[in-house]
Formats: sequence, structure tokens, C-alpha cells
Amino acid sequence: MSAGTPVRRWGAIGGVFFPVLSVLLALVVGSIVAAATGYNPLGTIGALVDGAFGDPTRIAATLSAAIPLMIVGLGVAVTFQAGLFNIGAEGQYWIGALAATYVGYAISLPPILHILACFLAAMIAAGIWAGLIPGLAKAYRGANEVITTMMLSYVAIYLGQYLVESGPMKAPGTLPQSPIIAPSATLPILVQPQFSAGIFVAIVAAAVLWWLFYRSSWGYQLRTIGRNPVAARYAGMSVARQYVLALGVSGMLAGLAGAAQILGVQHRIYDSFSSGYGYTAIAVALLGRNNPIGVVLAAILFGALTTGGQMMQINAGVDAQLANVIEGLIVFFVAAEAIIRWIQGRFHLPRRASGRPQHAETPAVVEGER
Amino acid sequence: MNVLELKGITKRFPGVLANDHVSFELAEGEVHAILGENGAGKSTLMNVLYGLYEPDEGEIVLNGTPVRLSGPRDAIAHGIGMVHQHFMLIGAMTVTENIILGDEPTPVWYHRREAEERIRSLSEQYHLGVDPHARIESLPVGLQQRVEILKAFYRQAHILILDEPTAALTPQESEELFSIIRHLTQQGISVIFISHKLDEVLQIADRVTVMRRGVAEATLSARDATPQQLANLMVGRDVVLRVEKPPQEAGEVLLSVRHLQVAGRDGVERVHDVSFNVRAGEIFGIAGVEGNGQFELAEALAGVLPVSGGQLLLAGKAITSMSALERARAGIGYIPEDRSTEGLISDFSITDNFLLKEWQNPRFFGPLGLRRSVAEAYALEEMEAFDVRPRDPRLPAGHLSGGNQQKVILAREVSRSPQLLIAAQPTRGLDVGAIEFVHQQLLRLREAGRAVLLISLELDEILTLSDRIGVLYGGRLVAVVPGETATREQLGGYMTGATPAQEEGVVP
Amino acid sequence: MDLATIFLSPTLWAMTLSLGTPIALAALGGTFSERSGVVNIAMEGIMLTAAFFAVFFSSLTGNAWLGLLLAVACGLGMGLLMAWAAVHLRADQIVIGTAVNMIAAGLTAYLLHIFFGQGSPSNTPQLPVVTIPGLAQLPFVGDVIGHQNVMVYITIGLFILAHYVLFHTVFGLRLRSAGENPQATESAGLSVYRLRYLGVLIGAFLSALGGAYLSIGVLNSFTQNMTSGRGYIALAAMIFGKWTPWGAFGAAMLFGWASALGYMFQGTSVPYQLVLILPYVLTVVALVGLVGRSRPPAADGIPYVHAR
Repeated sequence: MSAGTPVRRWGAIGGVFFPVLSVLLALVVGSIVAAATGYNPLGTIGALVDGAFGDPTRIAATLSAAIPLMIVGLGVAVTFQAGLFNIGAEGQYWIGALAATYVGYAISLPPILHILACFLAAMIAAGIWAGLIPGLAKAYRGANEVITTMMLSYVAIYLGQYLVESGPMKAPGTLPQSPIIAPSATLPILVQPQFSAGIFVAIVAAAVLWWLFYRSSWGYQLRTIGRNPVAARYAGMSVARQYVLALGVSGMLAGLAGAAQILGVQHRIYDSFSSGYGYTAIAVALLGRNNPIGVVLAAILFGALTTGGQMMQINAGVDAQLANVIEGLIVFFVAAEAIIRWIQGRFHLPRRASGRPQHAETPAVVEGER
Repeated sequence: MNVLELKGITKRFPGVLANDHVSFELAEGEVHAILGENGAGKSTLMNVLYGLYEPDEGEIVLNGTPVRLSGPRDAIAHGIGMVHQHFMLIGAMTVTENIILGDEPTPVWYHRREAEERIRSLSEQYHLGVDPHARIESLPVGLQQRVEILKAFYRQAHILILDEPTAALTPQESEELFSIIRHLTQQGISVIFISHKLDEVLQIADRVTVMRRGVAEATLSARDATPQQLANLMVGRDVVLRVEKPPQEAGEVLLSVRHLQVAGRDGVERVHDVSFNVRAGEIFGIAGVEGNGQFELAEALAGVLPVSGGQLLLAGKAITSMSALERARAGIGYIPEDRSTEGLISDFSITDNFLLKEWQNPRFFGPLGLRRSVAEAYALEEMEAFDVRPRDPRLPAGHLSGGNQQKVILAREVSRSPQLLIAAQPTRGLDVGAIEFVHQQLLRLREAGRAVLLISLELDEILTLSDRIGVLYGGRLVAVVPGETATREQLGGYMTGATPAQEEGVVP
Repeated sequence: MDLATIFLSPTLWAMTLSLGTPIALAALGGTFSERSGVVNIAMEGIMLTAAFFAVFFSSLTGNAWLGLLLAVACGLGMGLLMAWAAVHLRADQIVIGTAVNMIAAGLTAYLLHIFFGQGSPSNTPQLPVVTIPGLAQLPFVGDVIGHQNVMVYITIGLFILAHYVLFHTVFGLRLRSAGENPQATESAGLSVYRLRYLGVLIGAFLSALGGAYLSIGVLNSFTQNMTSGRGYIALAAMIFGKWTPWGAFGAAMLFGWASALGYMFQGTSVPYQLVLILPYVLTVVALVGLVGRSRPPAADGIPYVHAR
């Protein structure tokens, strides 16, 4: 973590401590659930880890599952940095996938150019989708972006389903799916069956985002606005413009993830393309503390939970859904960092002693004057 | 007969003696005003009376019986009602709903019509003229205040505390409030009227208690008191310790404010037709009691609040239509009133805080992005110059003490070598050492031939540092006096409206 | 089938009522929660939890009503978790809601496979369908509302009750005050924490009813993620209904109507998805304020810190 990040000096430890603790707590609760339902908790967790990292193929599968999570997670992190909440990345992912698929089968271009064209189309479409409507609505009408992005997510999914079920993107035949993209638009596979060069897209995206967040003037503005919009206004920053940009860039990344999934793994879009990545990405961004490096690591962890969960089911007979429970628990513990402080407050008496004079020094609060 | 007696009330906070053996009496049907500057201890005394604070010493006697008040509920049960300066009202609800909340006439069903009827008759009894089914947000401030008063009477108050009740009112609304107060006292209600406006106090009160620095200086009959006498009691006669300040010829005019008008965030005009000049090598102090337009003035000069009329010139160039950032670049430094919410981003590193107004500066943000070593070297250099401790530019600003936070802001603004520095309450909440440091920095700017506009609620600070002092009262600049000869009495008179505004134009 | 036939068929309107009911219940729950000042997107997870346990306990006890009761208890448990984190710990309400939803989705699927393998038992008792004598005999109207699941009628009753509780009782007044201005609420001597707990728990209760209706009312089985976003749709219905019970009811029925129409159009040439989109678009339009701006309670979503 860089010194430019808003983390205390020993932040390398402090910034990692809470996320790691959250993961550990979630694993503990998860193994309690396993034990309560009749499985050996240690064996379960062991099978989970082994399933995710036990051999090179499994590691490849883990990384493969992490690719979309990384990219969408980065997008969600952009909005978090700006003090916004993009809960509709799922729909933006769909929009990106649709645009990439269309460019992938409908246009013919030389190999590398074709791939770039697909990515570009996906980013533009999804960026406009998120930036134009929720972004402008937030910046100029004060409309809550949580709700607008969520609503548009459904609109995007239904729109996508219409396009491939009975709309213009339906491939000939009975199946509700699009035509397959041209070979010139597919990403090379690094490890069979499906670990694609999309990982490079994700890594590059993370590096660019890291630079943007901590080295660029734009990122500086974004982080300032997210932490203190008043001070940002004092420094002459345009809060409204940054809101639109943040949501737009967030959408672009979600769209890029959709494109990477189409070009690297699916090669076509079908009506049950929905993935839940939009929600998991929130967890990824939170666990990664909105730092691109953290997001990459958190995405690998969540990819591991997915892959490991499937292997755990095959090898230890424990249902893979346990991994999803653990994912939810991680988010819960990360969000309720206060739980950890609450536990501290319960069992460390000194905190109580320090609580009182604070209250006495701030009579204004008691009086209700603000 | 006294309905209330406070005997020797003492209340300490860590490091502050907020109330020092304060005694106070209130007779039936009387309006007893408490007059004092900000921080004189008025609010603490009222919070003791309202049960929010328990006094360290002293006694509260209601109708001849000593009582212990352990919370607002106790105070309300004893017939004490309080109208806060900031109303506790719910905009989306009706008058009736606001009044009965928490003390509904029936336990389960809320019978709207009956409750409204009851509020209507109460309103009539006390001549308040409030429509029980109006929505709060549709009412003007004056009527909202009457809803707060009704809330107290609904709970059978016979002692009413009004905390700075005219602060948010128009002159007309204030007149209406006074006539309401007169009706109330005729019905045996006793009123405690907290204010810093002399003319009002003399107009409405029977008796006046003046507080200063936690002490009740005197209680006078309003009929016998003169405005100047009260003003003197309020600001005190302490000798002002003026700092050693080399005499200096003020140079050219750097800031020229002409007929400035500014509306606050609520749209109400707070600064009316203010004109003054600040010259190079001069500290121009703005004195005034809180809420008389000084912070709107500061924000308008800094470009954060739009100007609704008038003109601003910086070194002869019009800056009226410039944005905050453009003004900063043109040479205005600004130390905002509230460090933590306006001046700093507490979880940013100190270096990042130094960059707040530099996000377009190619010195720090080059084609490859942030030049970290340049930024950190710059931050470190400034931290050394301003003695910010600990000297670690990567530390989050929130981890610094208040004094060091203020030094960071000061360093950031001064390092941009501004022609004009606007310092709003630059020493609020700092310890003695830090205060002295900030003062020295302001004097150094003066020596360097820069202009300083110092806005402070601390009269001592204004008197100590200023070459000239302007006084804001009710959003108008009522006087500009030389700092050297100014006295607390003189300023106190202007600040409280006891002395009428200077006749001739105040633009020197 | 031509359009007129579809619109005039009582089936469409009966389906509207049936499909709108779970959304309406959760939207009403959300209304209570947000009126008290807590944004509750955990309704989805609470519905899903209740849907699972309704089937679980219903098949275990052999009694659908007992199943409903215990399902509601489980939903309340989830609500309590949400309330504790949101009110006491002052965690970000959206994030906590997301977490509760993820936990519920994983846990119900996990328990489904543990206890029932791939599917819940086919002999799970179901909440009864009731025929209202007299009403059911009326032409058209009888076909629409005369013969529905008992939960549909309970829902209508709950809405009448909720409207009165929210706007005509002392409790409703207090609850609304906590969502509008908690400082003023506290200064009136009331506990904002208590009111917000109650708001979230009432919300959880109603959402749980909605979830249970899906699994043991409409059907008698649980499938993985069977709520499929109805909790989120309910959130939209609550907003579109401007945070009032009848508004939420109307909006939920609009969503129900759109889904019913979607079903009717399936297999026809009309793209049913475009019909399903309509309510979401309307919600965004309402939020942006192009048509009758929808304004949330003033302190909605803002954690309250005790003054003392």
C-alpha cells in the first residue's frame, strides 16, 4: 500500500488487519455451520483451500473465476472512493457483455483490433448506461444512486434477455442465445479449460486504477470528494462532474468485465448469463478497502471460495453453497468493523473511561445545537 | 414571589470553569434577561436549569422547594420549558403532531381532531395565532418558533427559557414575539430571555443579569440600566495585552470590498452593504458577536458563498465573479472557521492535505502523475517552517493535535504566498502555545507587506493584533476604528448595538 | 390471443393480485423500516429465509400455519441481525443489507441441499385457497378476488391495519418522527434506538410473510434463490409508492401486473421483457422527479448517535 493512500503509517498492518480478521471470523462461523450440519469443520475448510489452490489447474480455475470479480470490483471501488454506491454493476456487466458480443459477431476485423473494438464498445455502452442516467440524476437531481443503479440493473438484464430470446441478437435456432463471436474476437486461453488472457486485462485495469487513484489529479479529486465534499468545494473541485465521471468509469469497468467474460470464456451471451457478480463485487471492493491491489487480492479470495466450494462438494461432500455463506459473512464482518470495536468496548474497560470527558467537552451535541 | 432561584451554581468542564457560583432569581410574570458574549456561560447555566447538566455545586429552588433535575423530563415535569435557538421540529409533520409528540393525549389512537382542537385553544389562550394543522415546513421561522413555545405550554410550562430567540427572526417577527411575551407575562408566565442584543433586552426585560466568563457580573433593573453600562459589563474592563508590533506604514489597498451583499445558505441576506479596504502590511480585524454575518463575509470573500450584490477587488482587479480556486490562485489564502470539516481531510496524509488547492498545479501533478517526492519534500519543508509535530508527512492529518492541524492549514495557505489571508477564528480551541504561534505567523505576514483579514469572536484577539478594527452588527459594518486606541468598551458598544453606527462613511 | 382478450381476462387480474402480494408485503415492510430511518435492502434475504423455513417447518410439522409462524420467527431473527448492525453498530445500512442477502442466499441453498437434497418434499402442506361466498359468485370480480390464497386476504387486512398504525396511532407518529428528525424525537423523551429496532422488525415480519407466501402459498416447495429479487423490487415499489402503505400497495400491484402480463405474453410475439421493464423505468423517473417527485423520510439511512 502506498504512502499516498489514506491509511495510517503503520497502515500496511492496520489496513490489512481488519479485512484478514473479517475473513478469519467468517471462516470460523462458516465452519461452525459445517459442524452444526454434521461435517468435520477442519476437514471442510481444508477441502475448501485444497479445492482452490491444491494443484495448478485449480489455481488456474480460481484465477479464472477471479477475473470478472477483479474488474467489476475495481469499478465498484471507483464509486466508493467518490463516496457513492454502485449497486447496479450487474446490469452494467450485462450491457458490456451485450455490446462486446454484438461487435464480436456482427463486425469483422483483424484479430487484435477486433478484441480492442469489443472492449471499447463494451466500455462505452456500459459507461454511458451508468454515467448518463444515475450519474446525471445524482449530480443534478440528487436522486439516490443506490436505487437508480439497482433499477437500471433490472432494465439491463430484461433488455439483454429480450435481445437474445426474441430480439435482434438471437441466433438462429431454438435456444435463447446470441450467435457465437468470431475467432478473431476471442481471447487466448492460457490454461485449459477457461483461464484466459482476460487476467491481463484485469491486472492492467488494476494498475491503471491504482495510478489514477493515487497518482493522478483526477483520483486526488475523487478521493477528496468522497471524504469531504465541503473541503473539495473549498478547493474548487466540481463535485457534480466527478459524480458523473465516477459512475461512468465504474460502469465502464463493469462493462469491460462483461466483455472479458464473453471474449475469454463464454464466446456468446445467453439468457441466463446473470451471475451475481455485481453483488459479489461490492464485497470484493469492501474487503479490498477500495485499493486496487486490495481488490485484486480480495477477488482472488472470492474466486477461491467459488472454485474451492465446488471442489469441496466433490471431494468432501459438503455443499458448495457453504462458500456463499462464507462470502456473505465476510461482507458482514467487514461492514460491521464496529462489531470488532464493540467487542473491544465490551471487554476493555479503558475505552469507557475515555468516553466520558469527550462527552463533557462537547456540550453543543447535548444541547442539540449543530 | 420568586418562582425560581439558582443559588451558587458552579459547573466545571475539564480545563474550563463554565459557571462560577452563579446566582439568579426569577419572579412570577417577570422577563429576566441574561446578557453575555459567546462563551460567557449562559448556555451552560440554562442546561443546568433544563436538567442536561448536573451542577458541581449549588442549588436549584423551584417555588421555594429545592429540586434535583436529572434530565429534561424532570425539568418539563417541574414546569420548565425551553425554546432552543435551533428548533427541534419535524418539517414534514403538522404543528399538532410536533407538539404532542412524546406526550400524546391518548395512549394508542392518535385522535387528530381532538388534539388539534386542544392546540387551537392553547394557541388562542396565549395569543400565538398558530394553525394546528399547518405543516411545519410551510411556516415562516417566526411561526415555527411559536410552535416551540406552544410545545412548552402544552407540557404546562410556567417558566419559559428563550435562547437567542430573535437570532433567526426578521425585525417585524421580533416585534411580534415581544408582544407575545408581554401577553404571556400578564398570564403569570415567567420568561428567561437569553440574548446578546442590548436594545432588545432593554425593550423587553424587567431585569437583566450580565454574565461574563462564567460569572454573573451584575443584576440590574432594565429601567435603570443604560446601554453603555451593560455593554461595559458584558465585555469587561480588563487591560488588553497588546503584542509588540513594529509600527508600519500601511501600503496600497490590496482588498477592496464595495457594497457587498451576501445571502447565507438558507437564502436569507446576512451581509448588508458592507464596504471596507484592507491595505498591504495591515491586519484588519472584524469584531462582532456570533451570527452577525462575519462568516458569510469570510466565505463570500473566499468564493465559497456567492455574492448577491456589490464588488470585490484584489489589488485593483475585480474578483467578484471568480471561483474559489481562481481566487486562491489570484492570491487569497483562507483559513476556514471549522478545521476538521472545511480545512482538512482527516484521513488523508499531511502531504495530501498540502495538495488540496494544487490539483491543477503541474509542479505536483506532472504528465506521469503525482510527483510524490516533490510533494513530500514540499510538505516536509513547510512542516519544518511551521514546526508541525510529529514531522511525518505521511501521517494522516486526523492524527495531529488541533494546534498542529491548524499549523498545517496555515502552512498550506501561507506557503502559497497570498496577497490576502482571510483567517476565520484561527485560534479556536487551541492551547496557549499554538495560539501564540498562529498570532506570530499573522504578524509575519503583516511585516512581509501582505494583507490579513482577521475574523474572530474573541475580542482580545482582535484587539491584540489588529491595526484597524471593523465591527459587524446585524450584518452591517457599523464602525471602523484604529486598533491602537480601541477599547473593549468602545467595541462592546458597537457590537451590541448600544452605540449607534458611525455617521460618516466607514470606508477610510 | 389478441390484446383485448388478455386485458379483459380475469386471469390477468387474479394473477396480478397473486403476484403482487409478496412484493406488497415486503414493500410495506420496507415502508415501516424506512419510516423509522433505516434503509432496509435486507428484505430480499429475509423473504428468502422465511420462504425456506416455511417449507422446512411446514413439512416438519405437517401444518402450514405452524410453518408460517416459525418462518416468521426466522425472518425476525434475520431482521434482528440487521437492526443490531444498523442501529447499534451504526454500520453502513446498504452494505449490511447486502451482507444479509448474501448470507441468506447461501444459507438457504445450503440447508436445502443438506435437508432435502435437490428438492423440498412434494407433500409439504400449503396455505389454503379461500373462496369468499357471495363475492366469488360475482361475474369477473369474483374470478379476480373471490378465490385467492388466504394470504392475499391477510395482506389486504394488514394494509388497512398498517395505514391506520402509521398515520392514526401514537406509535405511528413516533415511528415517523424517528425517521424524520431523530434529534427532535429524542428531545421529546423518546428512544430513537427502540423505535428503529421496531421499524426494522416490523419490516422483517412483513417481508417474512411475503417470503413464506411464495413458498407455501403460491407453491408448496422451495427452490434455490426463489425470491429472485422480489425484495429489491419491493424497495422500488416502496419508493414509487412514496413511502405510504397504499402507495406501496398500488406500486406492488403495478409490478405484479407487469409480471402477470409478462406471463400472458410469453409464447406470443410480444416481447414480454419489455413489459417487465416498465415499473423499473417508472421508479427511476419518479426518483429523478420528472413525474411527482418521491421524497424519502428526511433522516432515512442516517445512523443516529445517542447524545448522552
